[in-house]
Amino acid sequence: MLAYLIRRLLYALPILIGVNVITFALFFIVNTPDDMARMQLGVKRVTPEAIEKWKVERGYDKPLFWNGAASGTDKATETIFFGKSVRMFMLDFGRADDGRDIAREIGLRMGPSLAVAVPVFVLGMFAAISFALLLVYFRATYLDFAGVVLCVAMMSISGLFYIIGGQWLVSKVWHLVPISGYAEGLTAAKFIILPVIVSVLAGIGSSARWYRTIFLEEYTKDYVRTARAKGLSERFVLFRHVLRNALIPILTGAVVVIPALFMGSLLIEAFFGIPGLGSYTIDAINAQDFGVVRAMVFIGSALYILGLLLTDISYTLADPRIRLQ
Amino acid sequence: MKFVVLWSDALFFLLLAVAVASGIWASRVEHLRLSWRKVGQSQVGMAAATLLLAFVAVALLDSLHYRERLPGDKETYAVEVRSALDALLTGLRTRTEKTYSAPLATHSFAKETLDGEGRDFPRLKHGGAHLGENLAAHETDIAHKAVQGLGMGLVAWLVLWLLGAPLRRAAPHLAWSAAFATLLVLCLAAGAVAALAQGYHVLGTDKVGQDVLYLTLKSIRTGLLIGTLTTLIMLPAAVFLGLLAGYAGGWIDDVIQYLYTTLNSIPGVLLIAAAVLMMQVVIDMHPEWFATAAERADARLLALCAILGITSWTGLCRLLRGETLKLRELEYVQAAQALGVSGLRILSRHILPNVMHIVMIAIVMDFSGLVLAEAVLSYVGIGVDPNTISFGTMINTARMELAREPMVWWSLAAAFVFMFVLVLAANLFADVVRDAFDPRAVK
Amino acid sequence: MSLLKVRDLTVGIGAAQPVDGVSFDLAPGETFALLGESGCGKSLTALALMRLLPAAARIERGSVRFAGDELCGFTEAQMRAVRGGRIGMIFQEPGTSLNPVMTVGAQIAEALKAHAGKADAERVVALLAAVGIPDPARRATEYPFQMSGGMKQRAMIAMALAGEPELLIADEPTTALDVTIQAQVLDLLRELQRQRGMAMLLITHDLGVVAKMADRIGVMYAGQLVEVAPRDAFFAAPAHPYSRRLFAALPEMATRQQRLATIPGSVPPLGTAFRGCRFADRCGEVLSVCRTQAPPWREYASGQRVRCHLETVSQTVKVGAGGTAPEPEETVTLLLEAHDLKVHFPIRRGVLQRAVGHVRAVDGVDLQLAAGRTLALVGESGCGKTTVGKAILGLQPPTAGTLKLDGKPHSGLAPARMQMVFQDPFGSLNPRMRVGAIVAEGRPDADVDSLLLQVGLTPEMAGRYPHEFSGGQRQRIAIARALAVGPQILICDEPTSALDVSVQAQILNLLTDLQERLGLAYLFITHNIGVVDFLAHEVAVMYLGRIVERGTVDEVLRGARHPYTQALLAAVPRIEGAASERLLVPGDPPSPANPPAGCHFHPRCPRATARCHGAYPETAVLSATHSVRCYFPD
Repeated sequence: MLAYLIRRLLYALPILIGVNVITFALFFIVNTPDDMARMQLGVKRVTPEAIEKWKVERGYDKPLFWNGAASGTDKATETIFFGKSVRMFMLDFGRADDGRDIAREIGLRMGPSLAVAVPVFVLGMFAAISFALLLVYFRATYLDFAGVVLCVAMMSISGLFYIIGGQWLVSKVWHLVPISGYAEGLTAAKFIILPVIVSVLAGIGSSARWYRTIFLEEYTKDYVRTARAKGLSERFVLFRHVLRNALIPILTGAVVVIPALFMGSLLIEAFFGIPGLGSYTIDAINAQDFGVVRAMVFIGSALYILGLLLTDISYTLADPRIRLQ
Repeated sequence: MKFVVLWSDALFFLLLAVAVASGIWASRVEHLRLSWRKVGQSQVGMAAATLLLAFVAVALLDSLHYRERLPGDKETYAVEVRSALDALLTGLRTRTEKTYSAPLATHSFAKETLDGEGRDFPRLKHGGAHLGENLAAHETDIAHKAVQGLGMGLVAWLVLWLLGAPLRRAAPHLAWSAAFATLLVLCLAAGAVAALAQGYHVLGTDKVGQDVLYLTLKSIRTGLLIGTLTTLIMLPAAVFLGLLAGYAGGWIDDVIQYLYTTLNSIPGVLLIAAAVLMMQVVIDMHPEWFATAAERADARLLALCAILGITSWTGLCRLLRGETLKLRELEYVQAAQALGVSGLRILSRHILPNVMHIVMIAIVMDFSGLVLAEAVLSYVGIGVDPNTISFGTMINTARMELAREPMVWWSLAAAFVFMFVLVLAANLFADVVRDAFDPRAVK
Repeated sequence: MSLLKVRDLTVGIGAAQPVDGVSFDLAPGETFALLGESGCGKSLTALALMRLLPAAARIERGSVRFAGDELCGFTEAQMRAVRGGRIGMIFQEPGTSLNPVMTVGAQIAEALKAHAGKADAERVVALLAAVGIPDPARRATEYPFQMSGGMKQRAMIAMALAGEPELLIADEPTTALDVTIQAQVLDLLRELQRQRGMAMLLITHDLGVVAKMADRIGVMYAGQLVEVAPRDAFFAAPAHPYSRRLFAALPEMATRQQRLATIPGSVPPLGTAFRGCRFADRCGEVLSVCRTQAPPWREYASGQRVRCHLETVSQTVKVGAGGTAPEPEETVTLLLEAHDLKVHFPIRRGVLQRAVGHVRAVDGVDLQLAAGRTLALVGESGCGKTTVGKAILGLQPPTAGTLKLDGKPHSGLAPARMQMVFQDPFGSLNPRMRVGAIVAEGRPDADVDSLLLQVGLTPEMAGRYPHEFSGGQRQRIAIARALAVGPQILICDEPTSALDVSVQAQILNLLTDLQERLGLAYLFITHNIGVVDFLAHEVAVMYLGRIVERGTVDEVLRGARHPYTQALLAAVPRIEGAASERLLVPGDPPSPANPPAGCHFHPRCPRATARCHGAYPETAVLSATHSVRCYFPD
């Protein structure tokens, strides 16, 4: 099993390099730094000097891959590729357009992102599984049918409306919590509670429906019939046999998103004014801060790959057929 | 008048042609015919299909583009590109107010300083203008027009019902009742709205006084295009690479797997954000490529479809690879190998027809997700061109209005209702299609 | 006084009745076998007794009285006390019938807890020991995937015994198992039944199993019982025409020179509306009344009860309905020779995925096949027989060894010379292609009509799709596809093992006809000894990748010298005669990844000595055709 994990880890490396190359190509080959400068400084009234200054500030004035003018190892390191892409592996993301260190900023913003994302993940999982279990327990009745219809209706509503509706109803009509903002420490709770509820509601439709299908598929297996033939009660069959087997695909499917929780949710954070990584990304997109977007792409991919790795591990732990072989 | 065929129009027509052609083909292949018949026998399926067809009809009208000839001797054409839908809705398009007005209102939403009479709600230029000074008749007029419209809707439905008789006779086992019931609701709603739209802004007006109903109808095309063209763009690559990886195995499989794992590990929103930002630079740097603003917006729409396609083909590709791996071990494939049939022929005759249901299901399942994604992306600012009318841009502008007191709710409500109906119909239809095509579907 | 009294039990699925008015009794300690082909409703009957029918099915009418209690009137809570408590049940697929993520011990403990109230580890271990699982304390902590198929079925039996049931329902308990393991499990079931005085309801399609296990037999056809009889009377003279045909269709009942009696057509599909006798359309002795009136029950002095219009029971089993076929002339043209054929699959482990060992699926196989002859390759699952077939055909590149076709070295595919017929009639035809296109796949200019006629189908079937055909018809289509390219060699990989006995007979007859007419050579891969006896000229017995004994049919089947062959033959449940003292091979076959040193069979062999541990025995030649790889070929 250790060998398996090492192999997976080694496999992650070329993928991360691939991501890096794709990002590099997207940011520096599709457009030249000159184009980007002109775009940001305004197409019309821009002087070559201004462009040059803009490039030097960001380190875009160097050659792409090979610096013939430099000497020794600098030939390779004094380039855009090395400075902007290779350095990412050392978690050096450079500075944002406002001059702040991106890595530091990311560190600061991780907390608020997690404060929203972790409760969303845990509660969302719990709510969806409970709802699906309820539907499965009453399967093939009108309750089940109505539940599925509700799920389909809920997943047909754009996430935007959940947020707008939640803010309007809870904050504007009922005045229960502030409409947006964030605070450190325990006072954060009153800012977090609404985004969490809204996110859980927005996600429950599709996940509950999906879990229901997994449970129902499990119900058709032979071992369920065996459990019934033993004289076990329907509840016992559901919770001890069906749930335990269905949890393997459900949990391992969920593990992959755990690292991505750091990224927070773009929409939720932007709407509720939570100073996390999601709103950081949105702000960067709106300000066309290429450095920040590039850093977030890299971190997002690294976290996703970490998620895949965790999924593999959780699979081997959860399923004795893999654990013991 | 000069016809303009935007790239997205061409692709949309191509898509419809492909859909019609594959429909004809499907009617000749037994298992496809049987599966589609199952879809047609489902009440939900027929009702959802009717709704979707209505949306497609609007989008189709909105895809017939032209530029008007300007008056004068010289052959000059207007800069604006209009569509057949614009022509049909000329009234709605041109009757703009100054700013916000509530649905069916006669007065503006905001007080203004009027000449000499202090601040008050000014009368609208168009909304309820036919009433003149007789404002007391406002409500009865609305009721009157609505009833008239419902009547016209009923007549239109009766005509359609009679025209549909041969269809019902040709395929009596399909759930026509559901289709025509949906059509009745549609006709009544459309009739009432059309009648009221003669004198009022049925769904109110937005900040710059544009009719919200007009904006909503124009949004449909954008949503449908994103939902369908994206799949069309990614489909060939996903199918080809998926089958190839599964059947060839070895290093080819490794390369393809590496490709989609790498693309898949970049979070979708971020990849889209990065790509859209870069594409925006390209478009901005080359204004000479586009003759009109419409072409420019169209280019951005297509680019968005392509980017969404790149981020979403990996799922289908992996699915097809897995299925091909399974099929490759089946005995009929081995029998074909033993008969010396070539690999390409095995792929096209034995593997492809047996994975088509997965492709089919993926297309319909992806549609609703893409429509929803468009709204979010446009909202974040990495979606369609801000000048393109879409649900996302509508919600984006409408969100600011929520903070007003009293609230401007109608733009959001209109976008919500239309999107909800479209996505719900698509989801329900997708479910029916999956049940009909997937041999392993759990009921 | 009967323990179980079933009256007029009817199960409905939609408008159809897959079980229609079944009545029978079961006395304490007695074994009653429900015998029938697939789809006859025997399994649904068993599930209905337990009230465990699938969601779509329901009990429409009838009564099930168990020790005086009416089970059909019980509430779910009452039924739970019956299930696993007073009635235990075991199923066909031990592989999927156990929960994969729970230890075997925990699953047995669950049953104990449900019925005895408490579950201590000792009782779990005692139950596992009672079903003959070695090292039960350790096995209780293992998961199902760590056990062999036979072991899993034993664990299932232990679970069913946990509630000390008065009745055990066994639904095809050994169908998924190899024949030597089947013999072990059947012996275990009989022994347990004797010790505990349990009654048993045995559901099976296998007349051999019935002969070995049952006290009384009920034959089911299309949802109804058609004959209920005591064992001895039934095997002496089956009374219903369907029962008689079932006997006559057994390949053991005829030799090569005869044709098997077949039942024309196939089982009527679910939902057929019947008038008169359900078997009338396929019956050889049909009367006009059979088509209009449902037959009454008749009772004979022998104790047999039969649902048939025929007044008298013909006492002889008719064999050879089609007359005899002449033995083909002895022409020994060697078509195919394989020498020292090996197929090894690497086992990859570690960070770099290096091959750390090999699964020796085929480990040095020699065989020869002559024109117009049939060589049967016999062995249990996992012995490598299918891999031999694929390696010879060219679908699986061999690791080592030489192949000669017509005396010339050959490798890869030879589509025009060799073709294959596969096991699964549902997996071997592309569901998206019409029959005509399937048949013409290898040769687009093939004469589809005459090919279809040749395999007993009609030309108009070419326009239809595979799903419209029954299993037997699909197998005919697969044979036509192979014949289209005009091969001389047909590799048949268990072509009849997925088919019912009556349909199997049709296919076997077809294969012998084709051999006579076209002079085909068959490499017939099978685990079914009865089929071998009927079809083959020569036999090769495989064990763990090697051929342990070869010879003519008579030499191997009636004069077996290798202890494995003898054990294999003895393990086959036979319908004639009482169960004799058997040579039971203990244990499971070892893994081909890690075969035992010396003779692969020695850990299970009753004759093994120190010599057998040392080296694999060389071939001992017993006659010109008969050879065996054993140190003690007596």
